[in-house]
Amino acid sequence: MADLTELNLAEARDGLAKKEFSAVELTEAHMARVSASSALNAYVLETPEKALEMAAESDKKIAAGEARPLEGLPIGVKDLFCTKGVRTTACSNILGDFTPPYESTVTQNLWDDGAVMLGKLNNDEFAMGSSNETSRFGPAVNPWKANGTELVPGGSSGGSSAAVAARLGIAATATDTGGSIRQPAAFTGTVGLKPTYGRCSRWGIVAFASSLDQAGPITHTVRDAAMMLTSIASFDKRDTTSVERDVPDYEAALTGDIKGLRVGIPQEYRVDNMPAEIEKLWQQGIDWLKAAGAEIVDVSLPHTKYALPAYYIIAPAEASSNLARYDGVRYGARQNGVDIDDMYAQTRAAGFGDEVKRRVMIGTYALSAGYYDAYYVKALQVRRLIAEDFTKAYEKCDVLLTPTTPSAAFPIGKNVEDPLEMYLNDVFTVTVNLAGLPGISVPAGLDADGLPLGLQLIGKAFGEEELLRTAGVLEEAAGFDAQPQDWWSA
Amino acid sequence: MSVDENMVRRIANLARIGVSDYELPGLAKELSAILGFVEQLSELDTNGVKPLTSAVEDKIRGRDDVVTDGGYAEDVLANAPEKDDEYFAVPKVVE
Repeated sequence: MADLTELNLAEARDGLAKKEFSAVELTEAHMARVSASSALNAYVLETPEKALEMAAESDKKIAAGEARPLEGLPIGVKDLFCTKGVRTTACSNILGDFTPPYESTVTQNLWDDGAVMLGKLNNDEFAMGSSNETSRFGPAVNPWKANGTELVPGGSSGGSSAAVAARLGIAATATDTGGSIRQPAAFTGTVGLKPTYGRCSRWGIVAFASSLDQAGPITHTVRDAAMMLTSIASFDKRDTTSVERDVPDYEAALTGDIKGLRVGIPQEYRVDNMPAEIEKLWQQGIDWLKAAGAEIVDVSLPHTKYALPAYYIIAPAEASSNLARYDGVRYGARQNGVDIDDMYAQTRAAGFGDEVKRRVMIGTYALSAGYYDAYYVKALQVRRLIAEDFTKAYEKCDVLLTPTTPSAAFPIGKNVEDPLEMYLNDVFTVTVNLAGLPGISVPAGLDADGLPLGLQLIGKAFGEEELLRTAGVLEEAAGFDAQPQDWWSA
Repeated sequence: MSVDENMVRRIANLARIGVSDYELPGLAKELSAILGFVEQLSELDTNGVKPLTSAVEDKIRGRDDVVTDGGYAEDVLANAPEKDDEYFAVPKVVE
């Protein structure tokens, strides 16, 4: 039998349907790779018993002719998603051994569709980071290497991107608050889709910045991303910002036909010091879409440069409020103090890492009396200007094409001492979260060091079908088939 | 805008994060750098611009004010660092 971990989601689904292999065989093949992959630190918890139990159940369903859409497909889950009876920590010490008595809506949707859980994946603590280096479990490592140097897999969903790229799971769940799905996908040669805000329920996902957080998949292909989105998208009464809207079969949108589609190229994304390779790849992407029949339109998003500064007020402000719940009373790791106030302060001092503390403190400051208008309200006003930039651009075009990141993956440790340098990773992705739009990163080429680079497509709100269709054309034209060389399997 | 050590102490207290004196200078520097970065926003004239709090601008859904869930104290308390009968236990608050 061929190596079952070489299959993408759609191929594995078809192979199972044709009974070429069983769900248990498919799951065991992935489990074997997972257990040999500790050098990547992608999984923070493996759940082999659960995986085999779920796979056996899938084999019964398949035998009975009752296969569901993702039947028997083994995937990894970012440790930000609450999983019933399975430790969930957001990779923060403050959550201790928190074991949720409930399941997040997104993961429940996956299990209801027959998917198999391999375990929980590494991420930056509370999803705050762009390199997966702030995790309590230590950094996840990129399967791609340049000149023998170990690189970050991006963040915050670094475990998800590393796992998919290294074939430690056919797909993975992830979340994106400022770029946390798309940037790791770009760094690992995988596809990362951030859906429209409100498309997927946030219920049961550890909250970072509630007005920006959105769940999505990291996968090998655009088709796989469409399959995953069809499963995880749903209306959920338990999330007040969940949007009541039918979920189409996103896979059916992949017609390959984008004739007449207007693709906007935002001039403000030509930033200073952008590597020539990325500039060139962007032009290549423009040429590919043009050759497929799209019309290229120059557009302007004039407030782009203010997106990161606005984000670094809004996201920390929301985080400072969301993370107030970690007080050592109801769950997580408590530190004793001389009185209850001291208990809170000691619990939070010991439980939060440096980056989380910085952001909670920035947010607390921005929301405090005397500074609220100057920082928080100002940032929300700028947020509207950024959202309006997109509204105006979409009068002239249907989707936007940009690079995903200003660089390829960087060495572990390179940016940890300089938070601001780290924040710049999200310069091309963060606008999308502020405006609540869908975005996808598609692997499009390799740089001179042989590292993957991604191109980003941005859609209209709830325009995922058009977005995926365009991404499918881009993927086909790019024909990216490079894979990292396996140095990590023990 | 830069923050000094007194301001860091004040913020840390508001955020209920214990900070030792030796950490104050480093935090003051880091927080000042971030605030310096966001200072760019003041270049923009936002007079009369309505703040955008969420990308979903529809009115937030309401629901009937009734109990919809509950009745499993054991599950709710399962992760508590300290509990007493059906209660979360904390250090004494009232003398």
